[in-house]
Amino acid sequence: MAKSPEPSQSKFDLIIVGGGPGGYVTAIRAAQLGMATALVEREHLGGICLNWGCIPTKALLRTAEIYRNIQHADEFGLKVEGVSFDLEKIVARARGIATQLSGGVAHLLKKNKVTVFDGEGRLDGKGEITVSKEGKIVNELSAKNIIFATGARARSLPGLEPDGKLIWTYKEAMVPDIMPKSLLVVGSGAIGIEFASFYRALGAEVTVVEVLPRVLPVEDEDISAFAHKAFEADGMTIMTSATVTKLDKGKDNVTATIETGGKSTSITVERVILAVGIVGNVEGLGIDGTGVEVDRSHIVIDEWCRTGEPGVYAIGDVAGPPWLAHKASHEGIICVEKIAGIEGVHPLNTNRIPGCTYCHPQVASVGLTEAAAIEAGHEVRVGKFPFAGNGKAIALGEAEGLVKTVFDAKTGELLGAHMIGAEVTELIQGYAIAKTLETTEAELMHTVFPHPTLSEMMHESVLDAYGRVIHF
Amino acid sequence: MAIQILMPALSPTMTEGTLARWLKAEGDAVASGDLLAEIETDKATMELEAIDDGVLGKIIVAEGSEGIAVNAPIAVLLEEGDDASVMDALVAAPAAPPPAPEAVPEATLEAAPEAAPAAPQVPAPAQPTDSARVFASPLARRLAVEAGLDIAGIAGSGPHGRIVKVDVESAIAGGRAAPPAPASTAPQLPAITPSASVPAEIPGAGPYTDVPHTNMRRVIAERLTESARDIPHFTLTVDCAIDALLDLRKDLNGRAPEGDEAYKISVNDFVIRAVALAMRKVPGVNVSWMADATRQYHDIDVAVAVATPGGLITPILRHADQKGLAEISNEMKGLGARARDGKLSLDEFQGGGFTISNLGMYGIKEFSAIINPPQSCILAVGAGAQRPIVKDGALGIATVMSCTLSTDHRTVDGALGAKFMTAFKAMIEDPLTMLL
Repeated sequence: MAKSPEPSQSKFDLIIVGGGPGGYVTAIRAAQLGMATALVEREHLGGICLNWGCIPTKALLRTAEIYRNIQHADEFGLKVEGVSFDLEKIVARARGIATQLSGGVAHLLKKNKVTVFDGEGRLDGKGEITVSKEGKIVNELSAKNIIFATGARARSLPGLEPDGKLIWTYKEAMVPDIMPKSLLVVGSGAIGIEFASFYRALGAEVTVVEVLPRVLPVEDEDISAFAHKAFEADGMTIMTSATVTKLDKGKDNVTATIETGGKSTSITVERVILAVGIVGNVEGLGIDGTGVEVDRSHIVIDEWCRTGEPGVYAIGDVAGPPWLAHKASHEGIICVEKIAGIEGVHPLNTNRIPGCTYCHPQVASVGLTEAAAIEAGHEVRVGKFPFAGNGKAIALGEAEGLVKTVFDAKTGELLGAHMIGAEVTELIQGYAIAKTLETTEAELMHTVFPHPTLSEMMHESVLDAYGRVIHF
Repeated sequence: MAIQILMPALSPTMTEGTLARWLKAEGDAVASGDLLAEIETDKATMELEAIDDGVLGKIIVAEGSEGIAVNAPIAVLLEEGDDASVMDALVAAPAAPPPAPEAVPEATLEAAPEAAPAAPQVPAPAQPTDSARVFASPLARRLAVEAGLDIAGIAGSGPHGRIVKVDVESAIAGGRAAPPAPASTAPQLPAITPSASVPAEIPGAGPYTDVPHTNMRRVIAERLTESARDIPHFTLTVDCAIDALLDLRKDLNGRAPEGDEAYKISVNDFVIRAVALAMRKVPGVNVSWMADATRQYHDIDVAVAVATPGGLITPILRHADQKGLAEISNEMKGLGARARDGKLSLDEFQGGGFTISNLGMYGIKEFSAIINPPQSCILAVGAGAQRPIVKDGALGIATVMSCTLSTDHRTVDGALGAKFMTAFKAMIEDPLTMLL
């Protein structure tokens, strides 16, 4: 074996393993706080979110949205003929955006004087991280504090293993080589539904199988029910309380066995997308035998992101749900601010983290669902307002949707908000601010919402919770 | 001209009081000198006298209201010829300007200030009336109002100290409730900043009851914390043989006449007299530390700690050095009884240059006490009990009482304190010298 050069050694205040939205944001914040910060990333800066998740899917879904609108051009008095699409170009656009943003992250890190190491980070003794490239140690880093932000990957179930050709995960689904005529999506969480929506918009026959009784199972039941109808109206086949038990691969198709209500059916599709949850990337981190505890593929942390090993922290997807980029970023900032000894840092309140799904129609929510609020012992007041009652929604040709708000009947605390319809992913932050500022129904009622906007529905929903709705 | 009756400052330390009882009702005729109300201050219950004639037009602060800030309007007195309509402005008017050094119980308002805000129907949630704006989330404000807490009294943990839901919840759970806001337009209480050492919710703790603080308890807590924190205490202990004192006491009590002249002298009465006489000999202990000077008191006023159901109070024997044992004894009995009933007048418990705390009756052998500011010394008196002693090289038995002086080292150094204790001990051990 050829003699390899001695690995370089460096000392830092903080080492972050993983350069996704958790890791890189944390690194920048740590640098702002004056810490000498190292970031170790094995693949692309920006992580899954930027390269294989949030951002490129939004690029694909934007194509789907425009395509969908063009198909309804006639309703808007437009004459458009001979519309078709170029799949390669659609994918290339998404990849280009990912590349552009990943470069942007590299620039931001450089600007903030974060040292980036290319390779796999591994804990190797107290306060020591080795960086390996192709199995060879290239750097030895040391720091008092180490944060794991290694993220997560798609989960596979026995009998439901992806092969990258016929049976895809989000990664293959993001860069399709063909447009499947028929598609089975296993799992109706945000990832599954977004792909279902994209491929449906481009003409695939889409079947969605969900093991739980309703689609988008983390959302409020009213939203799930609304979405279910909307997806079916869009031409999807939705099977809830159903389990895919077997995938038989043919030459260029897959036959899936689906059990529902004790009955077994089978369908044959060109491609399958598995979106049955995720597992944390906890392997190869060198945490075995340390105080770092792993529970069901996630690193166990306390409210300040501390693991059981002093000086070792974990944030983001690898540290557990909700598996959202903005949760990872925020958690990381809390973690480093606490390390820096900043006063007034509060632990993450997951009730204030909004979640968005960019299917058609869009879904967005923050806080407790009505059922969760009741289960938590709240006496609730619920307001609902349909898009059909909003002038702007009708003018946009987007009269389908619902804004639901849940209040504590005693205190007027906004417990949760749940929305489905056009642009709700951009609207939800209003309720997120309301929750963070701890507003009650009174402030929301007294807020002047501009006319004509979709946001007026947010006002009306609050008014409805108190029997004062105007436009419905 | 209608007169606003304000919450009087009945003592220099009083910042707020409880309106215990109205002795007049709205519409009652009031003559100067009539008793209008009973005010519970930090130490005692006081009576509020009218100094003008008129008709009690409007009671602003309902009886039973706690934590009424000094100078908050509590009622309106209408004078002859007044129209009831002038009352409205006064009722809504904010508090009068800050009190003059000698707080005047009633301030006459020539005219209501312009643009007096209309009285809200319900107390606005934690509307601070002073210039300091209280930053609190709407939800926190509402929760505080519902829990009857004054939001200004809650420490905020949000950005820039903003009071958020969790702060109110922990205030409710921790029982660090400020008194409820009075149901009136009276200004809210001054903020009572909870101490940092609020015990957190202890997981697995058994059931408990949170007893809201009385004014008295608050003042005791505030003053003794301040004393223990700010005064450099040191202690000096002496053992006093009291056999001679006990004999003399028995002799004197045996001579006690019947009727008005009756007396029954206690050991503590001897201690009071000995302290008073020792203070005369060593006046350096009868002092107060102040920012720029040490104040030497000319009178010898001895305070004696009395346990009452509500807490500790220290009534004062004025000119104790000029009083005989029988007079001290009888006066002390009266003060003790009034203290326990909460009926002490202000001059009976304010001031004093020295305090005695006697726990002998509980069998406490010896202890050290926390100085009662602004005084410099407190004498902690233990139980007299038979103990083996060595006298002239031989073991003997004597009734011994241990006394410990806590002193403020800023004003009283060790040698001075020792000199006082020597003088004190000499008189206790040879009580006939107290007659000199």
